Amino acid sequence: MSTPLGSSMTTSQPTYTPKHQPRWQVWMDIVQRDKRPVWGLAILLFFVGLAVFAPIFTPYSPTATAFTPMMGPSARHWLGTTASGQDVWSQFLYGGRISLSVGFASGFIATVLAVALGMLPAYLGGWVDTLMATVTNIMLVIPGLPLLIVITAYVHQAGPLTIAVVIALTGWAWGARILRSQTLTLSRRDFVSASRLAGESRWRVLVAEILPNMLSLVVANLVFATIGAILAEASLEFLGLGNPSAVTWGTMLFWANSGGALLSGAWWWIVPPGLAIALVGLGLALVNFGVDQLSNPRLRLNRVRLPKADKGVTR
Amino acid sequence: MRFVGQRLGFLVLSLWAAATINFVLPRLMPGNPAVLMIGRFKGQLSARALHALKLQFGITHQPLWHQYLIYLGNLVHGNWGLSLTYYPVPVSRIIAESLPWTLGLVGVSTVLSVLIGLALGVYTAWHRGSAWDSILPTMATFTAAIPYFWLGTLLLFVLGYLWHWFPLAHSYSTSLTPSLTWAFILSMLYHALLPALTIVVSSMGGWLLGMRNNMIQTLGEDYVMFGEARGLSDRRLMVHYAARNAILPSMTGFGMAMGFVVGGALLTEIVFSYPGVGYQLLAAVQNEDYPLMQGIFLIIAFSVLMTNFFVEILYGRLDPRTRGGDAQ
Repeated sequence: MSTPLGSSMTTSQPTYTPKHQPRWQVWMDIVQRDKRPVWGLAILLFFVGLAVFAPIFTPYSPTATAFTPMMGPSARHWLGTTASGQDVWSQFLYGGRISLSVGFASGFIATVLAVALGMLPAYLGGWVDTLMATVTNIMLVIPGLPLLIVITAYVHQAGPLTIAVVIALTGWAWGARILRSQTLTLSRRDFVSASRLAGESRWRVLVAEILPNMLSLVVANLVFATIGAILAEASLEFLGLGNPSAVTWGTMLFWANSGGALLSGAWWWIVPPGLAIALVGLGLALVNFGVDQLSNPRLRLNRVRLPKADKGVTR
Repeated sequence: MRFVGQRLGFLVLSLWAAATINFVLPRLMPGNPAVLMIGRFKGQLSARALHALKLQFGITHQPLWHQYLIYLGNLVHGNWGLSLTYYPVPVSRIIAESLPWTLGLVGVSTVLSVLIGLALGVYTAWHRGSAWDSILPTMATFTAAIPYFWLGTLLLFVLGYLWHWFPLAHSYSTSLTPSLTWAFILSMLYHALLPALTIVVSSMGGWLLGMRNNMIQTLGEDYVMFGEARGLSDRRLMVHYAARNAILPSMTGFGMAMGFVVGGALLTEIVFSYPGVGYQLLAAVQNEDYPLMQGIFLIIAFSVLMTNFFVEILYGRLDPRTRGGDAQ
């Protein structure tokens, strides 16, 4: 395991070599020095909490059209109302339910696909690997959003579940490529050869020796696939390709756009859904800063001030 | 040369894959969606156009391989069918009219976002642990998660609608006719500024973060430390020793990044009513104009694949390690 090059800390404080530390302790060390993952988790929990406990935070149904249309924020309607007289705040809360579920579900499916289609062929080698590597590379360079648009346009008014599956089916390639190259690197390492020579079965070597060492990469992939899925879902629904009667952050933006929110100055209708998407993405990415440092010790922040002469090189 | 051949092979393979996906998709869908579309347009189309449409979307009793061969033949000859939205204008003409706008917009904003992103990445990695190093990557993470169309809408709302600094739509002032005059070019640039800004801000973050990570990796290399020991200036170390090498891995993802940017640019065009292929794609989707939709998907895929091919050839010249095939 490599430690930050030239840092004097490794010699004076041997506890920083990750070798003999349980994983959670490494995690605690990272979190102690870098608060970003904690902030990320807080943001995520905040939005998940709002979505899950939506009925507690609002008395109105997100689909009720009983209010005066296009009203600005007020004490009764915290985020105003839409052009058809719906309460934006309750749409915002309930919309998070579908947007987040689609994001997480799709990110999860894409990651499972990436692990299966990236790791397995690389480990098995031979023509399967060559074929899968080529397929992965092709899927990577064919632009994803236009493909998504075409597929969902054929499916009439795709529901959230369909959208989640389609996004996952077009979004696994990035992770598969990274996991593939990492599998190739790891399977040439000594500890893998050793366990193979010790007579472990191929399957066991893969699951018990290689996979645990790629866990942080898998988690990073999950994080990015989820961000991508939330963005893609919003994009599709913004284009009107989703089911417009489902309340999600994407369809809110679709209705805001087609309801002329821009030209009537209804910022309260446009700002919340997009901001929520961006903040959830930020939260996920902040968590990933921590995951990154798990897998790459060079990225870890050293709070200890280094002598000036070390500038640039060691930090 | 073998490297170029290899990349050329991959280019042809991926072009073929894109074309085949395009062929297979409508035929794969449960209950061919084209049947509905044709039903809707029945009264408005000539018998010949209707027949052509049926052939294009597989509503025929011809064997699949026969349809496929005809499809590929039509594709190569630029015979991409008639648009239903703008019936009877051929799809190829609509694309020819809208593609230059998209290429210009995406081209300029991609170059800008790559340059700015890489420069900021180098800067933050060099000043690791400084205040900028904690602010910029976090900002980049945030901007990378902003939906393009939402950022575009906000910019349009504040700078266009509230403050009247920028026009609300179109690619040039409607009082001008397209010509090579200064007035027209200025109007064009003026209209392109906000869409370009949207794309640059949304796509820059990825370059910044990637470059920062590579740069940190490179700064840890022995030759950089050796250079520092020899007393080289900071600038020389930063630019000539570290950045030059750190740029290379950043460029490997170019094709993929290009795909993302193009996707985002489509949405940006829609927000700004910018007359590129994205705007036409929205029209196609709303009118269920499948021939136009297919044509736009193909042209976008082809453009991205070609760009990726040229970047990789260039990259191969810069970094001998990627030419892998030669060494073995």
